[in-house]
Amino acid sequence: MPKRTDIKKILLIGSGPIIIGQACEFDYSGTQACKALREEGYKVVLVNSNPATIMTDPEMADATYIEPLTADILEMIIKKEQPDALLPTMGGQTALNLAVELAEKRILDRYNVELIGAKLDAIKKAEDRELFKEAMTKIGLDVPKSAYVGSLKEGLEAIGHIGFPAILRPSFTLGGTGGGVAYNMEEYKELLERGLKLSPVHQVLVEESVLGWKEYELEVMRDGKDNVVIICSIENFDPMGIHTGDSITVAPAQTLTDKEYQRMRDAAIAIIREIGVDTGGSNIQFAVNPKDGRMVVIEMNPRVSRSSALASKATGFPIAKIAAKLAVGLTLDEIPNDITRETPASFEPTIDYVVTKFPRFAFEKFPEADPTLTTQMKSVGEVMSIGRTFKESLQKAIRSLEISSYGLENIDVDTSVIKTRLKTPGPERIWYISQAIREGMGIQEIRELTWIDPWFLYNIKQIVDMEEKIRSYAKGIKKKESLSLAPYLIPKELLMDAKWYGFSDRRIAELLNVEEADIRHLRRKYKMYAVYKIVDTCGAEFAAYTPYLYSTYEKPFYKSAVNSQQSTPPLKPPLATGGGGGGELRTPNSELIVECESNPTGRKKVVILGSGPNRIGQGIEFDYCCVHAVFALKELGYETIMVNCNPETVSTDYDTADRLYFEPLTIEDVLNIIEVEKPEGLIVQFGGQTPLKLAVPLEREGIKILGTSPDSIDRAEDRRRFKELLHKLNLKQAESDTAMSVEEAICAAERIGYPVMIRPSYVLGGRAMEIVYDGKSLREYMKRAVKASPEHPVLVDKYLEDAIEIDVDAISDGMDVIIGGVMEHIEEAGIHSGDSACSLPPYSLEKEIIDEIKRQTRALAKELTVVGLMNVQFAVKNHDIYILEVNPRASRTVPFVGKATGVPLAKIAAKVMVGKTLKELGLTGERHIQHIAVKEAVFPFDRFPGVDTILGPEMKSTGEVMGIDKDFGRAFGKSQTSCGNRIPLSGKIFISLKDKDKPLSVSIVKKLLELGFSVIATRGTALYLKDHGLDVEVVNKVTEGRPHIVDFIKNKEIDFVINTVSGAQAQKDSFSIRQSALQYGIPFTTTISGAIAAVNAIEMLKKKQVNIKSIQKYHKGK
Amino acid sequence: MAVNPVRKFGPVPLENFSNGVKALLVLSDGTVFEGKNFGAEGKTIGEVVFNTSMTGYQEILTDPSYKGQIVAMTYPQIGNYGVNAEDIESLGGPKVEGFIVKEYLDFPSNWRAMRGSLSDYLKEYQIVGIEGVDTRALTRHLRDTGSQMGIISAKDLNPQSLLEKVRKHPGIVGIDLVKEVTTKEAYPWNEGCWKWHPDSQLPTPNSQLKRVIVYDFGVKLSILRNLVDAGFDVYVVPAKTPAEEVLDMNPDGILLSNGPGDPEPVTYAIKNTKKLIGKKPIFGICLGHQILGLAMGGRTYKLKFGHHGGNHPVMDLKTNEVEITSQNHNFCVEVASLKGQVELTHKNLYDGTEEGMRHVELPILSVQYHPEAGPGPNDATYLFKRFRELIEKTHG
Repeated sequence: MPKRTDIKKILLIGSGPIIIGQACEFDYSGTQACKALREEGYKVVLVNSNPATIMTDPEMADATYIEPLTADILEMIIKKEQPDALLPTMGGQTALNLAVELAEKRILDRYNVELIGAKLDAIKKAEDRELFKEAMTKIGLDVPKSAYVGSLKEGLEAIGHIGFPAILRPSFTLGGTGGGVAYNMEEYKELLERGLKLSPVHQVLVEESVLGWKEYELEVMRDGKDNVVIICSIENFDPMGIHTGDSITVAPAQTLTDKEYQRMRDAAIAIIREIGVDTGGSNIQFAVNPKDGRMVVIEMNPRVSRSSALASKATGFPIAKIAAKLAVGLTLDEIPNDITRETPASFEPTIDYVVTKFPRFAFEKFPEADPTLTTQMKSVGEVMSIGRTFKESLQKAIRSLEISSYGLENIDVDTSVIKTRLKTPGPERIWYISQAIREGMGIQEIRELTWIDPWFLYNIKQIVDMEEKIRSYAKGIKKKESLSLAPYLIPKELLMDAKWYGFSDRRIAELLNVEEADIRHLRRKYKMYAVYKIVDTCGAEFAAYTPYLYSTYEKPFYKSAVNSQQSTPPLKPPLATGGGGGGELRTPNSELIVECESNPTGRKKVVILGSGPNRIGQGIEFDYCCVHAVFALKELGYETIMVNCNPETVSTDYDTADRLYFEPLTIEDVLNIIEVEKPEGLIVQFGGQTPLKLAVPLEREGIKILGTSPDSIDRAEDRRRFKELLHKLNLKQAESDTAMSVEEAICAAERIGYPVMIRPSYVLGGRAMEIVYDGKSLREYMKRAVKASPEHPVLVDKYLEDAIEIDVDAISDGMDVIIGGVMEHIEEAGIHSGDSACSLPPYSLEKEIIDEIKRQTRALAKELTVVGLMNVQFAVKNHDIYILEVNPRASRTVPFVGKATGVPLAKIAAKVMVGKTLKELGLTGERHIQHIAVKEAVFPFDRFPGVDTILGPEMKSTGEVMGIDKDFGRAFGKSQTSCGNRIPLSGKIFISLKDKDKPLSVSIVKKLLELGFSVIATRGTALYLKDHGLDVEVVNKVTEGRPHIVDFIKNKEIDFVINTVSGAQAQKDSFSIRQSALQYGIPFTTTISGAIAAVNAIEMLKKKQVNIKSIQKYHKGK
Repeated sequence: MAVNPVRKFGPVPLENFSNGVKALLVLSDGTVFEGKNFGAEGKTIGEVVFNTSMTGYQEILTDPSYKGQIVAMTYPQIGNYGVNAEDIESLGGPKVEGFIVKEYLDFPSNWRAMRGSLSDYLKEYQIVGIEGVDTRALTRHLRDTGSQMGIISAKDLNPQSLLEKVRKHPGIVGIDLVKEVTTKEAYPWNEGCWKWHPDSQLPTPNSQLKRVIVYDFGVKLSILRNLVDAGFDVYVVPAKTPAEEVLDMNPDGILLSNGPGDPEPVTYAIKNTKKLIGKKPIFGICLGHQILGLAMGGRTYKLKFGHHGGNHPVMDLKTNEVEITSQNHNFCVEVASLKGQVELTHKNLYDGTEEGMRHVELPILSVQYHPEAGPGPNDATYLFKRFRELIEKTHG
């Protein structure tokens, strides 16, 4: 069918900020959709509140709105843009829910906007579990016994026929938030009550437990002609009971026979037809009873998803791109497969490798959170790896995680602990499994504790057995001799077998008690090199044109030299790397060939190292920068080579860079690529800490690092050298010291004076950073911090209380320095910059201060001969300017600055790094803007019940939003709406403050009362306010008897919570206030500066309506 | 993370990966792959072909169409779910000459798996396997140079003498392999397709069973099972059964089955088919399709490396719908050579080759691919119903 001509303009909704369960996979899908639709000649209107996305780049759509994702804002945009259609399936659950709301409120009808891809009925049938169950029953498919309950009473009735253990799933929540498993009545009641509250429709599905069953997913696509294809099957390593986002998953399915797979395939096809998803992709989950093969349908997502992003990367089939084209009427057979070019998209990819996805957790950021893995997703990111076997891909995945693990290392714990850890799944379960095997526990026993399929367990056993074999060569090796002994360390065949199993050099070295480099040298001596294979969608049946590569080790083959009758042309591999495993049998003249398909070009090329898995402190912002580096260098005619292992990202889309290596970002894996590609240089500045850590070791190997030199980076990172630098430039720094031991730290703190901010060096995201007020807490901290980063010393800084924090992004070509943006933080210094809201341009700073900050930034950039990006953090206290830190590399705020000012900083920086000057690039001065952009952080607190929402120096946010408008109040108001903390315009405000904040509260409360709010406060705060003549109500603290403030919150009598605390006891006492505000979705702030900004916003929003304006219009003519 | 690398010596390893029995795969162009033996020991010669199906190795091994061929699986991990009593495409064990995989896994896991592993199964039926081969390199090599003969040897590891042996082998073009796999005796068949829960999903009982005679050129049991499900009374006869004998049985329709190798040397089948055309509705599958083509005076041609997999898109030219199909053939019918007797009904969207035809006047239809799946998708099982409808239309 030809594409539709009756629609011209299509509205696309993004997924908003990065949160747990909804990460940058939707930037990937949205970006693909934008590109695909425009390629077909449609105009695209895009709405997303997340500035750190490629999709919101002005080039990606015809009109881009970085605005809150709410029905009223969307209505304004629809009214203005008059789109013909809305494609709701690209922006995750957020976009789907919003589309449903727009449809149900008849907004789409009113403006004649057609839902394409999935119609309202289909969305509801897939999302409403009761309707879904009916549909499944209708087509003869089995579903777990279940009941939909809307109250505790109904729930108690339902559990009678369902039985324990039962699974609870609240309707319409993200990533299964609020779900859980109940083993007894008490747990059941507790979970049910929470689920009912969390569900926006107050419904919970109570289901028969299929815990321990095998879990599968199929990615299905359907076109308008009813052609259906399965793109990928995924088998979960972790059985049912652990959210698929938290499970290790493997593609393709490993333990299904063809009959069972086809049965699942037939079911998936029947499901997509019955649900009626018109066109596009869906994800369908199944559970299979390992005892008898009973198969039940778990759920269906009628949209692209995290799994479809994974499936796209795993197979090379771009689901979102194709889905977008199907939505406008094309059919699968009309769309070519990009990779093979000759074949159409109406096929099912077949793969000749094994893909492993491994989740990345951030429990170290939330020590109070329960790290048990359940049906509620808790991971913050993931890695994917490709190997020729499960063992290889698993080991590659482990080292991709960047958790200082390079294999299945030993854990020294009691057997009883191991058993507990096997039974209670946590993020480290696979290491405990390997330890259990090491200690002789049988596969059957491990299976009974974990319910993991024995097939996976046996594979782990093979890895452990191989370790033992390697380790048997460790005796006899003395560390110092290792280099000279290298040729005799371990036999060639065994080393080959180990590499075949995916062992990293580092793990092998560890087993042999030598250095990683020794193994590297040994491999070179044995001529044992990694080879690269292509992800080609077809198992090598057809030639592939897209260099999407992964590494592996293969044993060689050769041409027998005897009698060669030229029956066939001699074999000419694209790049034959000699060597490999034991070839004792070959004839003397035959050449050993290990086939490598990398086929590097002779073009001038640059390798860009990506940022690895998303984690708190290093997320989509860095992938954004890497993608921009690729775009910029392509513009300059370079061949761009991307190395990354995060399947959610735009950077790992095979058509972003010219060549994609889907590989772990370790020194070994990166060096292997460089040996093959021989690039002109390497860009490490854009991917955050991940590639930066590799800069020095890579430079040591003689590899050219482009841009600011690793030495300059070190001068900024190393505290002693940094101090010298500031001293030289006569710049001020909060007093600081470096300590290598606990005692040194105590001395330093006493000399500087408490409170001090303390942290290990070389970390992102404020990992393990804390403010301490006395020696006792300092000692406690040191115990933890040293564990956090053993190779680096600890930093002690004077903590500047109540200072204003400033972030500056600048760019330099080594001569000129241009300021990208000066951002004033809303929250005071001491709260991690990643967690703080900020305003561009500054909203309260005086001009002289800003000018001085810019001057200092320039001086720093020049002194460090920055070539590329630089970020400086300042604190301003009593008109004094202190430098907090300097990072001569891309920062988290680069995308935000780009969106706020329209200057593509990352792109320009990449060009500068390959030798362009800022003048040549036309950037001669700072860009001044007439609007205000506010960035706000988004937190995962709702995922971690029990974790306090108080902000501190340790970064906890997962994502960000941007509010943009004519003035600060409205921009801030929008930013709050976008992160789900919508500021009320009327009602009752609760306020409870620490003493230090009380003076500032007088003006806040006065204004609130003037604006028509009523104010209720805890006794101390109320008394203070009353003393200042303000009319406030008093409410009990939780410790003071009932009714107390939490009762008020639960009864929804409070519209906004302002709560600041200091001291551990006060924090403990008031914890339930913040927790219930979070739980009941009451907007809140935990800083007085946040409260001031909120009041400012309320005042403005009451006076004026918010404006909507596209980014293209904001930056028009610039 | 809290995992500290503490060294501790565990139990002595149970299996010794490096010390398996070595084996060689030597292709007739002199390319030598080293690996390890699994399954039976010894030597085996056959035409080396690859199959891109990710599941279904047991069906592939037992598919009689692979007689004379050594199959290399492009999916790298084989043995995962073991073998079972149900997923077989012929009785009496595997029909392939040999089996090539990247990694063989000896610890099956599946609720239907029988005792014993895939390797045990291959040993039982004397099938030689080799693992540890870079099957992707092998596949690319076969793709570029075309299918060729090869030898797997587990004990004799002299590449030169093995190469000589494989070059001396006459090959399989022009050889009648059908006679080696066809049944000796005629037999009735009444088992339907595999269902998870036989009671709950019984095929709707059909009072009007239609009788079909299946010419066994190496028939896959899935064809027979699908015929049963489509409401046929199935009777299988040996490949050389004279047409007259079949017509004497007065069946409602005739199915010409799949089978191994080159259709041209199967002259008796072509001759018999000529006699059947116009007498009874006929359905041809794979080799049966080719034989039908030849019987009608058409030509066949050999593909460079054949179609062997479970993911080929085929378009039904009548509805323009795409079905994902199971494929296993090296030869194709040149539909144009049939000069208007038939119309092309199905086309392969990968390479545009002919996948199905229908006689313009007579009740004859045939497909090159495998609507019976086994392994592969069930998208095309409608063809068995279409055959039944054709019969009903013919006989009223």
